[in-house]
Amino acid sequence: MTMAAPQISQDVLLNRASLELEKEQTCFECKRFGLYYGNSQALREIDMVVPEKRVTAFIGPSGCGKSTLLRCMNRMNDLIDIVRLEGEMLLHGKDINSKSVNVAELRRKVGMVFQKPNPFPKTVYENVAYGLRLQGVNKKRILDERVEWALHGAALWDEVKDRLQDNAMGLSGGQQQRLVIARAIAIQPEVILLDEPASALDPISTLKIEELIIQLKKDYTVVIVTHNMQQAARVSDYTAFLYLGELIEFGATDQLFTNPAQKQTEDYITGRYG
Amino acid sequence: MSKQTNKNSFESFISSGQPWVWMNAGAVAISMIMVAGLLLLIAARGLGHFWPKTVYEIEYDNGTNIVQIVGERVETEEVPKKRIVESGIRVDSDQDLIERSLIKVGIREVLGVDFMLTVAPNEKSVRIPEDVIVLERTQWGNFYGYLTGVKQAGEPVNAATAALWDELEPRLHRVTELRKRIEHVEKQEIGSINFQLEKLRLKHRGLELEGVTAQKSYDQIQVRQDAYTRDYDVLKAELDTLYRDIARDSLTARVMTGDEVEIKLANVVKAYQPNAMSLGEKIMFYIKTFWGFIMDDPREANTEGGIFPAIFGTVIMVLLMSIIVTPFGVIAAIYLREYARQGLVTRLVRISVNNLAGVPSIVYGVFGLGFFVYVVGGSIDELFYQEALPSPTFGSGGVLWASLTLALLTVPVVIVATEEGLARIPRTVREGSLALGATKAETLWRTVLPMASPAMMTGLILAVARAAGEVAPLMLVGAVKLAPSLPVDMNAPFIHLERKFMHLGFHIYDVGFQSPNVEAARPLVYATALILVVVIVVLNLSAIYIRNHLREKFRSLEQH
Repeated sequence: MTMAAPQISQDVLLNRASLELEKEQTCFECKRFGLYYGNSQALREIDMVVPEKRVTAFIGPSGCGKSTLLRCMNRMNDLIDIVRLEGEMLLHGKDINSKSVNVAELRRKVGMVFQKPNPFPKTVYENVAYGLRLQGVNKKRILDERVEWALHGAALWDEVKDRLQDNAMGLSGGQQQRLVIARAIAIQPEVILLDEPASALDPISTLKIEELIIQLKKDYTVVIVTHNMQQAARVSDYTAFLYLGELIEFGATDQLFTNPAQKQTEDYITGRYG
Repeated sequence: MSKQTNKNSFESFISSGQPWVWMNAGAVAISMIMVAGLLLLIAARGLGHFWPKTVYEIEYDNGTNIVQIVGERVETEEVPKKRIVESGIRVDSDQDLIERSLIKVGIREVLGVDFMLTVAPNEKSVRIPEDVIVLERTQWGNFYGYLTGVKQAGEPVNAATAALWDELEPRLHRVTELRKRIEHVEKQEIGSINFQLEKLRLKHRGLELEGVTAQKSYDQIQVRQDAYTRDYDVLKAELDTLYRDIARDSLTARVMTGDEVEIKLANVVKAYQPNAMSLGEKIMFYIKTFWGFIMDDPREANTEGGIFPAIFGTVIMVLLMSIIVTPFGVIAAIYLREYARQGLVTRLVRISVNNLAGVPSIVYGVFGLGFFVYVVGGSIDELFYQEALPSPTFGSGGVLWASLTLALLTVPVVIVATEEGLARIPRTVREGSLALGATKAETLWRTVLPMASPAMMTGLILAVARAAGEVAPLMLVGAVKLAPSLPVDMNAPFIHLERKFMHLGFHIYDVGFQSPNVEAARPLVYATALILVVVIVVLNLSAIYIRNHLREKFRSLEQH
């Protein structure tokens, strides 16, 4: 028989989060951020801070809006015609949705890795070099260097160093996913968004990806959406729990998992629903 | 009880899905039989034409007297006796079914006909004479007869009858070489001079139109014209000598009527003794004749000779069409699928495009004539080729207008195929590219279009298949019975898009239905049809090869 956690008002919750966060530098900041698909609201008044050079995890049941929120961070939702935004999404204090922002440039700073590995049907080498070539890097020496560096960074170099000119579609799922991460870090972004990066992978590949995520936070701010609460607990420093488009709780991962402030959070992490 | 079981087993047969499988398999089988039958029919009828056929000598009772018939047995069929008797032929037979043969006797200049009908009972004797010769001539069709003499400069060559053939062969070889030379001089060298002279004439006229009065300009043209005319005179002299040389020899031969006929070797394209040939010789002869059919120009109103200009015209037109239709269709499809706002308007456009594919091709021909030839071509003539008016340059049918018309005809196919290809590219791949900071255009160029290229090739394959087989619109916009020169030659600018061209499909129509001697030309119709099918298959196979290569390169589609 578990005791229901005492109800704490939203203000208290945020204060507690901000106490932890005070020491951190801010990367992303959401201010009363909301999103509509046509008439239905998918995100409602999200107020949150994503700290720099940390791993932040978004958890919540399916359809809670965690992927949607992630995709707002590099404006992937621009591709969908019927999306309407409200509030602000700040990256280092600047609203990324303002008209003066160049979307392509924003995405260069905020890289993204998707649920399903999506390498291009090109060679391993060209996959990693893709983003660099977009930026006009064409010198072979520089490309070679950066490709090797990125593949090292994604812990893939040893496996593919002899297969750089092979088609990337021939790699295993886990290798493809790390290749996609290598592709993302090759252009040296500031933030890496991971949208359920391990959900399509086997346990060993998942483990490798998780180790990689912990490595990545030395140099990058990492935001990860995951279904897997153990994964969130293992890799993240901060966790946000979303439910039905609302941010229910946000705080340091240890605290959120051991001592959730909200009953809904507790119910979710103890497996009562979701 | 047993009835019950029967009913159950019938029902279970129905529900097992077996009838469905049988029906589907049957449909496939019937289609394959039809295609194979079609190919076999045209192959058998067309390819047999080039085989050296046995020539028979028949003593034939034609009702009034016994005559000799020498010729190839083209066709034999069984006909009821009644019908033959009704047509006024006496038959010495009690059988109800009589064999009737169609004999190709050639020598149109003597007999006035190419073919004769014989009925088997009236053939008093049939012989296969070893020494019969067949001549393929530049006019009057085939010749069947017996060699009686060879003449050089009007004087008979002294040789025994048996050795006459050996006298004839080197002379024929000499004539062939001379003919080649004459053709070269006439077509290439004099043709090129004529081309240049025509250009100078137009330049002269152009200067007049511009109102240039300086005599110097005209003099310059005159000087060059004179130079060309001098070149022409030299060639003309050579040509005269060649013509005298080629007319030196002749042969005499006895034909089936018993008359002796003299034939200039200059008129003989090929001479052979089919009954004396061994199998190996026949095979060699077959290969040579078939090769000649593919590589030579047509003769005698297209009923003899080869079909090279038609093959060339077809291929050039299809290639030109591909070059026009692919970029056009692909660009339109990209706009429709990637950039246009999906809504009522795009749906209407799509429906219209699909409906365009169903418009009868002759309508495109009319449009091509009215718009491309008269409006566009006419304007081009007025703007750039005024000196040639009133004779049109682009203002009449030509290979360019034909290609454009067919491109218009096939563009819906390319659009639909490309659109489907674009729609099949997974969204994740596009997002992957965008997430790396690529703009939409960069994503299209670097990832989406290469991945959709197999679909574009599919569109092109369908377009080629449709365009290569079209005839109706071409008759209005540039395909002709006999084009004097190919659309590509050695005269600058080498590719002459305004020229009329020959086309295999139109050639089939022309030989089969417009020729003076339909019966004689029938095998050529089949042979040409076979070549047309082969050309389309080759064009398609090369496109399919490219597509498979691209598919292999971008094989991610199969994995998603």
